[in-house]
Amino acid sequence: MKHNLILRVASKFLIPLIILFGLYVQFHGDYGPGGGFQAGVIFSSAIILYALVFGLDVAEKIIPANVLRTLAGLGVVIYASVGVAALFLGGNYLEYGVLGSTQVAGQHLGILLVELGVGITVASVMLIIFFAFAGRGRS
Amino acid sequence: MDFILGHYNYWIVIFLMMVGFYTVISRGNLVKKIVGLNIFQVSVFLLYISLSTVDGGTTPIVKEGFDLYSNPLPHVLILTAIVVGVATTALGLALVVRIKEAYGTIEEDEIHEQDHSL
Amino acid sequence: MDHISLLLVVIPLIAAPIVAILPNGRIPWALTLLVTAVCAALAGVQLWSIVHEGVISYELGGWAPPWGIEYRIDAVNAFVALIVAGIAAITLPYALLSVEKEIPKHQISLFYCAFLLCLCGLLGITQTGDIFNVFVFLEVSSLSSYALISLGKKRQALTSAYQYLIMGTIGATFFLIGVGLLYSQTGTLNMADLAERLPAVFEHKTVHTGFAFIVIGIALKLALFPLHLWLPNAYTYAPTVITIFLAATATKVAVYLMLRVLFTVFPNGFALGTPADELFIILGIAGILIASVYAIYQMDIKRLLAYSSVAQVGYMALGIGFASAMGVTATILHLFNHALMKGALFMAVGAIIYRIGACRMENIHGLGRQMPWTFAAIIIGGLSLIGVPGTAGFISKWYLILAALEQENWIAVAVILIGSLLAVVYVGKIIEALYFKPALETNLTVKEAPLLLLLPTWVLALANIYFGLNTELTVGIAESAAKMLGAVAK
Repeated sequence: MKHNLILRVASKFLIPLIILFGLYVQFHGDYGPGGGFQAGVIFSSAIILYALVFGLDVAEKIIPANVLRTLAGLGVVIYASVGVAALFLGGNYLEYGVLGSTQVAGQHLGILLVELGVGITVASVMLIIFFAFAGRGRS
Repeated sequence: MDFILGHYNYWIVIFLMMVGFYTVISRGNLVKKIVGLNIFQVSVFLLYISLSTVDGGTTPIVKEGFDLYSNPLPHVLILTAIVVGVATTALGLALVVRIKEAYGTIEEDEIHEQDHSL
Repeated sequence: MDHISLLLVVIPLIAAPIVAILPNGRIPWALTLLVTAVCAALAGVQLWSIVHEGVISYELGGWAPPWGIEYRIDAVNAFVALIVAGIAAITLPYALLSVEKEIPKHQISLFYCAFLLCLCGLLGITQTGDIFNVFVFLEVSSLSSYALISLGKKRQALTSAYQYLIMGTIGATFFLIGVGLLYSQTGTLNMADLAERLPAVFEHKTVHTGFAFIVIGIALKLALFPLHLWLPNAYTYAPTVITIFLAATATKVAVYLMLRVLFTVFPNGFALGTPADELFIILGIAGILIASVYAIYQMDIKRLLAYSSVAQVGYMALGIGFASAMGVTATILHLFNHALMKGALFMAVGAIIYRIGACRMENIHGLGRQMPWTFAAIIIGGLSLIGVPGTAGFISKWYLILAALEQENWIAVAVILIGSLLAVVYVGKIIEALYFKPALETNLTVKEAPLLLLLPTWVLALANIYFGLNTELTVGIAESAAKMLGAVAK
């Protein structure tokens, strides 16, 4: 597909928009519809589109497989450690209220961090799945 | 008649459920089985979502002027179930790829034949 | 103190991704060992504090139940959690050598990651008091166990993992449908809250439908005859360590879940008004007889023991079907004792596999003399499986027979005795092949299994004898657990 000019130009135009939209959904998730799951999938779809148009090898250079694996783990750790942080601050597990100076600020911070963890994990796991299937039988 | 039309969401759910379930049971092709499993799961998602609707309700976002909204809890539950479904599908397809590499086929009866001839 | 109930789930959850990132080798194993040991200790403390201080209720995120997710621990959960965490901690020392032999090096850290996720899921099911949360943990444990089973050496491991995936997902989805129907009638997902609100709508057909879906969904997971088809293949072809772990814990957790649904979520003997209890007795009897006969004809020892597991699930189903305090006590006892005996047996068989790479009847002739310690462990495990007095297996069968006599169910009594006789035959077959058949020449040079494999095996084997002689602890806990479930006789 490397020679298909229309696809290449169109996707170069679309990919930044998709990533922006993904970030919007990610950080808008605490007050409006959105959140880590959706944002992660949208974000990963940008890179999947890139891989489809420009080839797997180029895409794997941007995000190598071992980085993805680390990120997938990191997201879960972020999520779980937000919960544990609440434990150390004297609350129950995932009790966001104790994270900030006020109940509302804590809730805000907590949900933002948790969704960030979810987003990172979902995005990288979707990419791992895609690379695992698309890369099968090549090497 | 009212009974049939008034519960149309349940009829759709039951129809999809049976289509999916039948596909899982009757097809020998491993990929088709997973497709059936997906349809089966989606029917359950629909069941939950349709349970949560409130007549005349809006999307569950708090805003002035809108007092009546759908129950958001089933939405959250189904978001979780969808993620589980994605994971199951990915794992199932990965297994099918490996089976194809190990046996050279994804038809159930041919796989059984190969295992028994050993 | 209350945080223990939560840490049991969170510690494996945090450790799993960390283990996945670690380099392959022995470090992932060491971290996993640490985590399982900590979990086992915490589960022990939790059980102790339940027995002395009563029910623990933990509110996740500080949201009060029934709105928030609640972890609610009583004697039943705490006991099952201890079984799961304890077996995991005993399996791990065994895992080091066995996994190095059976799993390709580049997959070792991912293997332990999946193992921890499986542990997290199983512990989660025991800890949570929220029925939707149960579904999530059920899938966490199932998905990781599908992946673990598929890592077996033979290619049949792939097809058996696939088969388990299809059946397991159908089971979990059935459970989900049932939960949805209950939610539509009560508007709550908290088990304790469901128990309060359900009696008002007991007459409603939706509740009956939901009940049926949930029971069948769990029955698929616990491999109740005739929904057991996934189990023999999965246990036969999975890596040894996974067979040990799943055989000793996965079906046990499903049995716990069944007890919880039948007696806590649907209180006041709702199940007695449905055909569920007769069904459990009939399927239990059929399972004991048919699966035991199947076991006799197996040539692969792992498969033989797998069919025996299906038969043992039959005993547990029988106890559930009696629905009396005595029956439920017997089920909970057998749940514990079966974990001990199957753990010991699969570990001993795993030691044979470690040495000769196979465990078919024709390959093991004469090994009993070459591997005396492994052989002795098989004998103890086998006697316990049969139910010889002085072993743990006797205690649970004794209570099961008492429960059957209490209801004057003579057929069940006869079946329990016949099942034990059939167990004599299949255990005898293993012992005959190991000891009384003339040794194969290739087997004459086989050495005893390494100490690291023998020690965990013997811990479980001795536990079989200890809990066969000292019944105070287990029976006491099982009785208070049965009381907690509020099982009522007809």
